[in-house]
Amino acid sequence: MPAPRDVILDPLFNNNPIALQVLGICSALAVTTKMETSIVMALAVVFVLSFSNLFVSILRELIPTNVRIIVQLTIIASLVIVVDQFLKAYLYDVSRQLSVFVGLIITNCIVMGRAEAFAMQNPPSLSFADGLGNGMGYGLILLLVGAFREIFGSGSFFGRPVFALAAEGGWYTPNGLMVLAPGAFFLIGLFIWALRTWKPAQVEKAEA
Amino acid sequence: MEHYLSIAVRAMFVENMALAFFLGMCSFLAVSKKVETAIGLGFAVVVVQTITVPLNNLIYHYLLKEGALAWLSPTLATYDLSFLGFLTYIGTIAAAVQIVEMILDRHVPALYATLGIFLPLIAVNCAILGGTLFMVERSYTLAESVVFGVGSGGGFALAIVALAAIRERMRYSNVPEGLRGLGITFIITGLMAIGFMAFAGIQL
Repeated sequence: MPAPRDVILDPLFNNNPIALQVLGICSALAVTTKMETSIVMALAVVFVLSFSNLFVSILRELIPTNVRIIVQLTIIASLVIVVDQFLKAYLYDVSRQLSVFVGLIITNCIVMGRAEAFAMQNPPSLSFADGLGNGMGYGLILLLVGAFREIFGSGSFFGRPVFALAAEGGWYTPNGLMVLAPGAFFLIGLFIWALRTWKPAQVEKAEA
Repeated sequence: MEHYLSIAVRAMFVENMALAFFLGMCSFLAVSKKVETAIGLGFAVVVVQTITVPLNNLIYHYLLKEGALAWLSPTLATYDLSFLGFLTYIGTIAAAVQIVEMILDRHVPALYATLGIFLPLIAVNCAILGGTLFMVERSYTLAESVVFGVGSGGGFALAIVALAAIRERMRYSNVPEGLRGLGITFIITGLMAIGFMAFAGIQL
């Protein structure tokens, strides 16, 4: 039985859902052009992931094996509806910017993956901790990518100017590539490189 | 006619599901090691996308949209069930995938043998749900959503086959250790995304 502390902290660096398990990249990159949307997305995923793990784990004895995917999807989709309605009610602007990507948390492989791999076998409290940990590991990458893309792509941080822009008489010319799709791919690739140089055990073996 | 062509080209090249919106990344990265399997998954995505987007379009227009239930009885005209959208779409997709799987297994066993293993994967592919959600957000009509389904599925297939072909060649190159595998795949995808950005200027 793993200790709750390890379950929460492991996914941050040692077993990061994005960098090592290659899960949940789908919705991760599209929303990271700005810090504001990244942090809302990260919180939404932490919420959905920890509670879906909790509920799946509570029901794990009752779910018949051959329909478990549908049951898990229903639990996840209901939680995502809660998040979506909440965002529409209280943070309408952010909800507009996130557009379809809130809904896409449903098919975020992390959520399904953790429900299937962890919550189906472990007690509720531990599963909740696992969801929290993986959600934070995911959020960490999201915030890192978001910070780089907003600072270098538009010279600001949380919408406040950091670099004086050339267009307004300053010195910094924003790097337009950062706010476009390719910039995000490059950043994630480089993050993975950095993480694996730091922790060589994660390097993939050469393919035969 | 031109309008439909423009939707298809936009969905396939300019707003490529995988390279511009990062949708379906999980399977995009996991199943792109060999061209053969990539073609299988690509084809399966086209088939499922072409079925589910128009299907969900009908469901949205006749069941979920505000006032959509008016055709049942006028007293139901005030209901707005669009908040149930996510739950309904994902259910529809899962069911559609299951049905496609059963039909293929019964009638086209040869195709089932190649596509079979990919179909369950597709039920949770973000590109499929994403296609439906974009269709709702942009309020496409039924005909438009058929075109959009074919176009976006085709775009995904194109991207994954191209990536698989590049990755097969990568075997002969000397990649730095930490970048091997996942890392270099991201860099390649980034370069491909830059290539696809060249399509952005296309106007029909």
